[in-house]
Amino acid sequence: MNKITRTLLCTTLALGTAGCATTQERLLDSDVSQVQIRSIQTRAFDTTDRETTLRTVIATLQDLSFVIDKADAVLGSVSATKLDNYSLRMTVTLRPRGESQLLVRANGQYNIKPVTEPEPYQQFFTSLEKAMFLTAHQVD
Amino acid sequence: MTTPIMHHDSNEETTMKKSISLLLLVVLTVTGCQSTIPKDALVMTSESLATRQLQTRKYATTQEGDILSAVAGVLQDMGFNLSESESGLGVIVASKKRSAVDAGQQAAAVFAALLGVVTYTDKEQIMRASVVTRPYGEENRYTSVRVTFQRVVWNTAGQISRSEALEDPEIYQGFFDKLSKSIFLEAQNI
Repeated sequence: MNKITRTLLCTTLALGTAGCATTQERLLDSDVSQVQIRSIQTRAFDTTDRETTLRTVIATLQDLSFVIDKADAVLGSVSATKLDNYSLRMTVTLRPRGESQLLVRANGQYNIKPVTEPEPYQQFFTSLEKAMFLTAHQVD
Repeated sequence: MTTPIMHHDSNEETTMKKSISLLLLVVLTVTGCQSTIPKDALVMTSESLATRQLQTRKYATTQEGDILSAVAGVLQDMGFNLSESESGLGVIVASKKRSAVDAGQQAAAVFAALLGVVTYTDKEQIMRASVVTRPYGEENRYTSVRVTFQRVVWNTAGQISRSEALEDPEIYQGFFDKLSKSIFLEAQNI
């Protein structure tokens, strides 16, 4: 194998691992399972007060240096962006769970990539439960 | 005679390995696949509380709606256009586009051009303000107002040269001075 062949092979390999996804793959982001991503992004809180929860989510995002982009009290959603020479966009939604709980789900986009690791969400919910004075329950 | 040749071979291999590693590094960096969210992006820091105090003022009123309306007024005073609002949650978002031309940068660019170097300077920026009001205190007798500003700056080549939160204390002092005036003016129906 000569030098050029090796270099070419190597570049192809590197590009392959770096993942040149198709538009369909990029749109659907199906590389993580729906069940798994929901479990990472969702926590249950023992409250049914949507307005207070939404206001607390907004305050927590502000504490984390986010600027609120939009909020909807009826749908129960908040979107916010943090700029620090990177762009981190978060959307948080609420929905009821049974008679006594609210499910809070967050999803993030770091620059041009989805945030799929569990740690950032764990950190977000740790901040949120302190502000809520309530425990964030893992949902399975 | 064999020894020097083998030595030469292994040397070439080392160089090859080095160049391959370098290539991999470059490719990975260019495609940006290793970029993950910073470890502390969603962690509350010791500075969080100080920043919150800088960005928040409390007003002795239960009328959140009046405060929100005064906020909309002060944002208009500052030349912002409202882009989003949800009065049910006390949220108002506004933005404006302004020049980002900086005299110092221009001077440096002219100097660089004299030396034959082309540099890009900041051209324009979109500034965003997001204001959140919240009933606060015993029996919600107070209304707190927290404002946050951020901006994205584009250079003469149309690239984003910076994207950041604006945290200069004078900005916040200036905003709340104007807000207090706005609340006063609107209370007087002026």
